Amino acid sequence: MGPSLEARALTRRFGSFVAVDRLSLRVEGSKCVGFLGPNGAGKTTTLKMFTDLIFPTDGEAFINGISVQRERKRALSSCGALIESPEIYGSLSPREALELVGALRGMDAREVRSRTDEVLAEVKMSEWADQKVGRFSKGMKQRINIASTLLSDPEVLLLDEPSTGLDPRGMAEVRQIIRALKREGRLIFFSSHILSEVVDVCDEVALLDKGKLLFFDTLSNVSARVSGGGVSVDAEFLSPLSDEVVLREIASVPGVGGWSRLDERRLSLTIVGGAGARSTVLAALASKRLGLVGFHESRSALEDVYLREISVGDSA
Amino acid sequence: MNAPTPTSVTPSEGPPAGSLGSVPVSWSQAVLMSRYQFRDYLRSRRFILMMGIVAAISAILITVVVHFRPAGIIGNSTAFYGTLWTSGVEVLIVFAGVIFGGDAIAGEFQNKTGYFLMGLPVKRWSVYAGKYLAAFAASLVTIGVYLLVLIAFGSTYFGAGALSLDLGASFVLAVLYLSALLGTVFLFSSLFKTSMYGVLIVAVMFLFGFTLINTLLEDLVGIEPWFIVTYADAVIGYPFSGVPHHTTRFAGVTSYAPTYVEGIAIMIGYFLWTTLVGLLLFEREEFT
Repeated sequence: MGPSLEARALTRRFGSFVAVDRLSLRVEGSKCVGFLGPNGAGKTTTLKMFTDLIFPTDGEAFINGISVQRERKRALSSCGALIESPEIYGSLSPREALELVGALRGMDAREVRSRTDEVLAEVKMSEWADQKVGRFSKGMKQRINIASTLLSDPEVLLLDEPSTGLDPRGMAEVRQIIRALKREGRLIFFSSHILSEVVDVCDEVALLDKGKLLFFDTLSNVSARVSGGGVSVDAEFLSPLSDEVVLREIASVPGVGGWSRLDERRLSLTIVGGAGARSTVLAALASKRLGLVGFHESRSALEDVYLREISVGDSA
Repeated sequence: MNAPTPTSVTPSEGPPAGSLGSVPVSWSQAVLMSRYQFRDYLRSRRFILMMGIVAAISAILITVVVHFRPAGIIGNSTAFYGTLWTSGVEVLIVFAGVIFGGDAIAGEFQNKTGYFLMGLPVKRWSVYAGKYLAAFAASLVTIGVYLLVLIAFGSTYFGAGALSLDLGASFVLAVLYLSALLGTVFLFSSLFKTSMYGVLIVAVMFLFGFTLINTLLEDLVGIEPWFIVTYADAVIGYPFSGVPHHTTRFAGVTSYAPTYVEGIAIMIGYFLWTTLVGLLLFEREEFT
């Protein structure tokens, strides 16, 4: 059995306000799941219940089948969590802060030292390893927080808007880190309201609004929802393509169900037939020497579904 | 809700993920926590402030003794240590409690340092105990420094051989009082999520509040304030002065002095109930 996260009728009320409303969700296996929703949707509240920072009014959260509410310590032992940009004791250096995390997790000193060097290099903070955290910028602190989350190489990663406070370069690096973390035996569950970030790194998405789960699906299926059963893919070319070339060389490729122009060098293609068809179309386009420089799932598909579902929620 | 049909293939790079290490027992985690928290205290401005207070109290007392040469103090070592140690340490314990413990729990919420720790596989009581131990150790260092200064000063009058067991007994009682006071401070700190409130309430209560209640109860109502923690601090001086009468009446006003047993029981009782209630509050406190 792979790593898993499960919410069973998870509910949290603050007075009469229902922040999370009977959320039931099970995520299992090696994958990256984006937890989407507008501000105030209940994403952070959900993640806080998964880490026992706040307590559910009703329901229960499980990590690897272990109840967080009943066995906090055991449940969190295989989980790395980054919730709400924590602060680290200002007089400690990143190395010392990570030593503390490693020691509390039961890692031996040698292991902590080697992993500390690795994770600090991963978040590009090696040269600051022995400086006091109190002098760091918000972005630098967030990198250390990410490093502390990765230190014990946990099976389950819970990340609450991990790119918060980072500059564009930092945000890109966080995406790169998350992509690199996707591997056999690891489940990454991260909340965000940045759709491009989710499309870049996630395999599945769960959309939450007003505490309710609106949908939970694979990105491919989300994309298919707006492209009539196919998958919407953006294809980018080195130089502009005329409609004639598109019709002759691209629209005729088996698997391409339709196309529209995004601009003179970019097309949105609807590909019917799943991942296999996508692979075939990509190979076909590459072989035609049309100057293909980009081929990725359409970001607008998720955006379309997101806006549609949220607006349905608003009018309900 | 739609059940997802996983279609994407995640890259398989590097070894399979798995949590490294086996999580230590909770007491061990509490000790670990205290080590790092203590290190944080030692490097903090509050420690420098506390050392400044130790220096100021020492300087005032030394100046008074050197300048006025009061016969009642420099006449014998018991009176010397009894007066200077007792009067200084009671104030220092209150300051140390406020400075190291006032925001110990509230600060975890306000400064968001709690988010760094509480997402780890640690029981909440380990964090509480770790922070308590660190505040206790930092406070102990400050009263230890004060004791060393007094011993150094006292040896210029009486020589190093004048130290008696009385001073050791009084030190133990001071440590017991420190543990009770810190328990109370941590309880107040657990009541708030804003450091300022915690520090302010604790400072007001220990510097004025409890003393005022003590006085009112004794002088106006004639009730022995056995339920106030500061009532017990008098026993710190008993090894030097001896145990006074439990009850004295003067000009129609009744004054109480705790017995050894009573004082020690109050301190132990306060440590236990405040720690228990503080822990329960922290266990139920949410990081909203």
